[in-house]
Amino acid sequence: MSAAPTAEGYTFAFLDEQTKRHVRRAILKAVAIPGHQVPFGSREMPLPYGWGTGGIQVTAAIIGREDVLKVIDQGSDDTVNAVNIRRFFARTTGVATTTRTADATLIQTRHRIPERPLRDGQIMVFQVPQPEPLFRLEPRRAETARLHALADYGLMSVRLYEDIAHLGAIAATYDYPVRVDGRYLMSPSPIPKFDNPKLHRSPALQLFGAGREKRIHAIPPYTTVESLAFEDHPFEVQRWPQACALCAATDSFLDELIVDDAGTRRHVCSDSDHCRERREAGHVGSDGSA
Amino acid sequence: MSAGTHSPPSLPPSPPPLLSARGLGKRYGARWACRDVGFDLWPGEVLAVVGESGSGKTTLLNLLAQRVPPDAGTVRYALRDDAGGTAAVDLATLSEQRRRTLARTDWGFVEQHARDGLRMTVSAGANVAERLMALGASHYGRLRATACDWMSRVELDPGRVDDTPERFSGGMQQRLQIARNLVTGPRLVFMDEPTSGLDVSVQARLLDLLRSLVDDLGLSCVIVTHDLAVARLLAQRMLVMKDGAVVEQGLTDRVLDDPQHPYTQLLVTSVLQP
Amino acid sequence: MRSAPDPASAETVRPDDDALRLRVRGLAKTFVLHHRGGVALPVFAGVDLDLRAGECVALAGPSGSGKSTLMRCLYGNYAPSAGTVRLRVDAGWLDLVAAPPREVVEARRTRLGYVSQFLRVIPRVPAESLVAEPLRRLGCDGAEALDRARGLLARLNLGEALWRLPPATFSGGEQQRVNVARGLIAPREVLLLDEPTASLDAANRDVVVALIREALARGTAVVGIFHDEAVRAALVTRAFEVASHRAAARGHGAQA
Repeated sequence: MSAAPTAEGYTFAFLDEQTKRHVRRAILKAVAIPGHQVPFGSREMPLPYGWGTGGIQVTAAIIGREDVLKVIDQGSDDTVNAVNIRRFFARTTGVATTTRTADATLIQTRHRIPERPLRDGQIMVFQVPQPEPLFRLEPRRAETARLHALADYGLMSVRLYEDIAHLGAIAATYDYPVRVDGRYLMSPSPIPKFDNPKLHRSPALQLFGAGREKRIHAIPPYTTVESLAFEDHPFEVQRWPQACALCAATDSFLDELIVDDAGTRRHVCSDSDHCRERREAGHVGSDGSA
Repeated sequence: MSAGTHSPPSLPPSPPPLLSARGLGKRYGARWACRDVGFDLWPGEVLAVVGESGSGKTTLLNLLAQRVPPDAGTVRYALRDDAGGTAAVDLATLSEQRRRTLARTDWGFVEQHARDGLRMTVSAGANVAERLMALGASHYGRLRATACDWMSRVELDPGRVDDTPERFSGGMQQRLQIARNLVTGPRLVFMDEPTSGLDVSVQARLLDLLRSLVDDLGLSCVIVTHDLAVARLLAQRMLVMKDGAVVEQGLTDRVLDDPQHPYTQLLVTSVLQP
Repeated sequence: MRSAPDPASAETVRPDDDALRLRVRGLAKTFVLHHRGGVALPVFAGVDLDLRAGECVALAGPSGSGKSTLMRCLYGNYAPSAGTVRLRVDAGWLDLVAAPPREVVEARRTRLGYVSQFLRVIPRVPAESLVAEPLRRLGCDGAEALDRARGLLARLNLGEALWRLPPATFSGGEQQRVNVARGLIAPREVLLLDEPTASLDAANRDVVVALIREALARGTAVVGIFHDEAVRAALVTRAFEVASHRAAARGHGAQA
C-alpha cells in the first residue's frame, strides 16, 4: 500500500513537535530504566480514554516518513479499532501501512504480540490500560511507587501464593506480571500469558503507553523478562488440543469462533497475518478453504 | 558495666548490647511526648515499658522501632555483619531500604490490634510466609510447609492454613500475627499491648505462648503494657514512664515489690486484685 | 540449734576462704512510703553476714522484725538503702545490689535460689512444668527435667493427678509443696528459704527437711526463716538476730 494524501490542517502525526519531544524524552527515560513507569503529560487525543490513546501518542512521537506501520487489535488487522488507528496515521502522516508483520518497521498493538518473531530494527508499541501491576493489590499510588523504588514485591508473591492455595494454579491468563532485567515488576499489558515468552530478549524495541494513566514504560532490545512463578509451580503457556481450522497451526494463539446459529465452533489463529503467511506457504487446515 | 564488682569480672564478658537508646525524645509542638530516655537492651532480655495513657510509652516504642523520627537522641542496634559478628549502628544513618529490610528480617512488631499487623483478606499461610517471599523464597510447597509449622508452634490448627484471618477469633489472630513476625527468626521483637482487648482466658493462653517462645527462641523484646501482671510475667526488666519521662527502672520484681519512686508506688498499689 | 549462737558480724574473712558463698556488709533497709506523707519505716541497718557452704543460718526474731525483708534484700527483690550483698561467682564476687538486672537474672538462674512464702501462680502452666522450669533454664533436656520434677513431686506426696494441673486451684499445702519443689530442684550455691514448711503436715515437713539436708550436704549455703522448732533443730547451724539491727536502722532512716 502506498502513502495516501494527508489531511489538511494537521501537523505530522497530529501531535505538535514540542509534545513529541516531551514524549520522546519520557521514552528515553523508560528505555534507560527497563520496566520502570515514567510519568508523562498525556494529551487529549481524538479517541476516548481506554481505546489506545497512550499507544497512539507513543507511535505519533516516533513515527517517521520512511516508516511502514502495522496496527493490530487482538492479533487482527481488520477490526474496527485497528482500521481506525491505521487510517488516522495514514491521514496525518502519509506514511506507508501494511498488514504484513515481516514488512513493518513500527507495529502498534492491542492485547497481542505477533507470532512471527520480530527482528532487529522493529518497534512494538503496546496499548496499556493499567500500567501498575500492583494496582489491584495496593490501590495507593504513593505506596506502589515506594514498593517499586525499594523492589519490595512480596505483595505480588502473596497474590500468586493465594492463587495456588485456592485454585491450584496461578490464575492470571493475561496481563501476567513480569520482572524486567531482574529489577522492576511490570505489567506487560493485557496480552495473553501465551505471549509473555516473546517479550524475553526480543530483538525489537518494545514500548508501552498508557494514555489515561499517563505512564510510559519500555523494554529495550535483548532484555531479560521473566514471568513470575514458584519453583514448584513454573510458568506455563496456554495450549490447545485443536489446530487452526484455516492453516493447521498447532503452536499459535487460537481464537474460538462461533460460526452459525447452531453454535458450531471453529478455532482459528488470532494473528491474521501469521495465518495468511502459513496458508500462502501451502498449509491447509481442516476447513480446507483459504 | 557492673559498678558492684571490685575484682575481675564475675561473669564471662557480655556481648555488646543489642539495642541502645541515648537521650531519646519526641516532641509534638511544644510538648515532649517522650524525653531523655536511655537504656541498653542485651540479647535475650525482655524489657517492659509500663505507664498509663499519655505516659509516652507508645511513642517510645515507635521511636525505637524507627516508625517515627526522633527529635532528640539516638538509637543504636547491633546489626549482623557478613562475618557473622555484629556492629553497633546508629539507626538514623540507615537508608530506608535497609531499615525496611531490618524490620522484615531481624525485627518483629506485634501490633495491639491484629488487624493492623495482618493482611485480613489473604490466607493465614500467605500471611505467615509473606516475609519469606519478600526475601526471595520461591518454592510454594516449602513456603506452605513452613507456614503450617509456624501455625502449630503458635497453637493454631495447621489445617486452617488457607483460612483468612477474618475467620479466626481475636486471640487466634494475635497468635497468627506473632507467627508472621517470627518466621524470619528475628532477634528483637517489639510488642504494643499484645494482650489488651482480649478476653482474660485468651490473654492467659497468649501470655503463656509468648513466655515459652521468648524463652525457647532467646528473643529480646520491648513490650509496652499498662498491665503490671503482664510485665511481671514476661519481662525481667521494667521501665516506668510518666508524662514522657522514665521515673524508675530495674529488675521487674524489684520495681513491683519494692517501688522507690512515688509514682511507681502509686501505680503498684492501684492495681485491683480480684 | 547444735551450737551456741555465733555473732556473724565483724568476722575477719581470710582472702582464700573457699567456703564463703555470700558476704553481706553494712546492709540497711528503710521503706519510704511517699503516699503516707513520705513516712520512713526503718527495718534494719548495719547488717553484716557471712555465709559458707554447708551452713544453715536461721534469721531469727519476732514477727515483723524484718526477716523476710532481709531475705528479699539478699535475693535482690528489695532494694537495700545501703550496703552490699556479694555473691561468690566463678571469677570473683558479684554485688547483687549494684549489678545490672541481667547479671542478677543470670545469678538467679545458676546459683541463687529463693523459696518465698507464697507460690506465685502462673495461669495455665501445669505444676510439673513449673517445677521443671529451673532445670530447663539450666539447659536440661525438657523430658528429663519433667521426669525429675515428677520424681520430686512424688517424694513430696503430691498426687499424680495434680501434676498436669495448674496450681491455682490447689490447697495451701499443695501449693507450698509445688513452691518448695521448684525452689529445690536445681542445685544451688545459695538458697534462701522463707518458711518452707508452712502449711505442711508432719510427714511432708520431714520430706522438706530431708531435701534441705541433702542440699546442705552437697555444699549449698542456706539462709532460712523457720518458725517450726523441730525444723530448726534438724537443720540450723547458727542463728542471726535481725531485730537487734532495728535501732541502727532508725538512725539510717533520716538518710532514706
